[in-house]
Amino acid sequence: MIHKNSFNKKNDLKHHNFCTVKMFYSLYLRINCWRRLHLFNSLTKSPKLPIFANRKIYSMEINIENLTKIYREQKAINAISFQLNSGEVLGFLGPNGAGKSTTMKIISCFMAPSSGNVTVDGKSIFDDPEAFKLKIGYLPENNPLYLDMYIHDYLAFIAALQKVPKDKTIARISEIIEYVGLGDEQHKKIGELSKGYKQRVGLAQALIHDPEVLILDEPTSGLDPNQIVEIRELIKNLGKEKTILLSTHILQEVEATCDRIIIINKGKIVADSTPAALHQQAQSGSLIRLQLESKQTVDQVSMILKEIPSIIDLSVLDDQKLLYQIQSSDAYSSKKALFDLCVKQGWYMLEMKESETKLEDIFRKLTASN
Amino acid sequence: MNAIWILTKKEIKSYFDSLIAYILLILFLGFSGFFTWLYGNDIFLVGQASLNVFFSWSFWTLFFFIPGITMRTVAEEMHSGTIEILSTKAISNMQIISAKFLAAWMLVLIALLLTLPYYITVSRLGDVDHGAIIGGYLGLLLISGTYISIGIFASSISRNQIVAFLLTLFIALFFQLIFDLIARNMTGGMAAFFNFISLNSHFGSISRGVIDFRDIFYFFSMIFSGLLLANFMLSKKSLID
Repeated sequence: MIHKNSFNKKNDLKHHNFCTVKMFYSLYLRINCWRRLHLFNSLTKSPKLPIFANRKIYSMEINIENLTKIYREQKAINAISFQLNSGEVLGFLGPNGAGKSTTMKIISCFMAPSSGNVTVDGKSIFDDPEAFKLKIGYLPENNPLYLDMYIHDYLAFIAALQKVPKDKTIARISEIIEYVGLGDEQHKKIGELSKGYKQRVGLAQALIHDPEVLILDEPTSGLDPNQIVEIRELIKNLGKEKTILLSTHILQEVEATCDRIIIINKGKIVADSTPAALHQQAQSGSLIRLQLESKQTVDQVSMILKEIPSIIDLSVLDDQKLLYQIQSSDAYSSKKALFDLCVKQGWYMLEMKESETKLEDIFRKLTASN
Repeated sequence: MNAIWILTKKEIKSYFDSLIAYILLILFLGFSGFFTWLYGNDIFLVGQASLNVFFSWSFWTLFFFIPGITMRTVAEEMHSGTIEILSTKAISNMQIISAKFLAAWMLVLIALLLTLPYYITVSRLGDVDHGAIIGGYLGLLLISGTYISIGIFASSISRNQIVAFLLTLFIALFFQLIFDLIARNMTGGMAAFFNFISLNSHFGSISRGVIDFRDIFYFFSMIFSGLLLANFMLSKKSLID
């Protein structure tokens, strides 16, 4: 009994202490809540600017000339030259460690190159990096963020650094929050957000000053498939108004979003063209998969098929099912000829499919170490 | 200048948003208050209306607490990668370093302002030498500046905060104590040299209320060389990795 009593007493005391703490905590929460609400009200009351108000017609071309970066006697990038034209979405593709991030870090003025230059309108960006940094928005790899800051505070801080006029800051922040889709989460601390939302905060900070050029280093890495689609959609929309340099090692991403692709391997550019042209380049001929039903034997059918002039090569995948893989110089005429042939011979065509050469194959071909 | 102030505000806010500022203030006030008023060689034992006891204790408490403030300044940004965010905004490396210096210095200034009741109390107890007290506070502020710039330099060397903390103590110990000891054991030019580079002698003369150009010059050159070295390390880091 005594034990029980003392136990209760102790518990009461604990409870009492706990209550005091709880009281203070709830007071703190209430004050905080009020503060946030106040902020929210001031946000909603402010006049809404249309996104990217007063758009100028930008014509900023960035020239990358012979950029070389040496890390401890190893060349991370080796004499890279290309031009980033205004208004295009340029995909920077390459295996890990190819030098994509290094190039982007140099263009965004985080690093100095060992040699070479980056120029805008004939002027080196390293002469006045502070002025150039105002024109670009940069999302670094792995998206580093100040985790203990609130989203609004963080964006206000970046906006101030990037010289967004003070009277427009609040409106601009709420606009950008809506734009990147942070609306429901906007009163949280950055550390409390999920990875997809953190990525949106990263995009928001890159966009806050309405830059002409966006440099996005692996913007979708580590996201789940839904988030990847959402972020890609965002980038696609942004691409309508801005020049974007985007790095990735996901091929569908460049196919989905980019106007132009640069493939880089071991610090050198191995390809620079449009997605369509790259496809063409890889398709020295197309592959057709064909399945027939016939009373003749495989050898007989093969003999007859080989007579079509546009067919270069023919391999039998399954001689029971008469399944063929046909390599032809011109897919269109081969398909037509095959169809005519089937009618003439009285065969049944069970399957005819043209398999496209994928960007994956080009990528692997270009970046394979040999 | 504007960019420096924006970052300074953010840094001060982050001190007060985390526990660092409160812990520092409580510990500093607790230690210096305890030894000034309550224990050992305190004001009542000395029996003079002066704050010398407080100043000589603060000389040591600041020596230990400032590395705690400065260790995270650059190291944490390097570690989390946020330095990449900062340095790709319209702010130069020197501005980043200066802002971090100013923020830490302001935190120390707040701590020192909170000890003003000591001054008021002592001035009610007897006739005080106001010049000496103003000089003492000025001296504390200047040695804090020196420790902070050493601390920021140490923090820019390593990504690891503990390394930065220990390195700050190590470097600061030379200026705090070791150069002074060497000077005492030497004579002639060498003694004068070590005496000049030791913090102790400069703090001593300022806290007596003698504001000499040479002392001010010493502190400011210490502060600037620390910040320049930190800037050099930070710029070099972004060149190498």
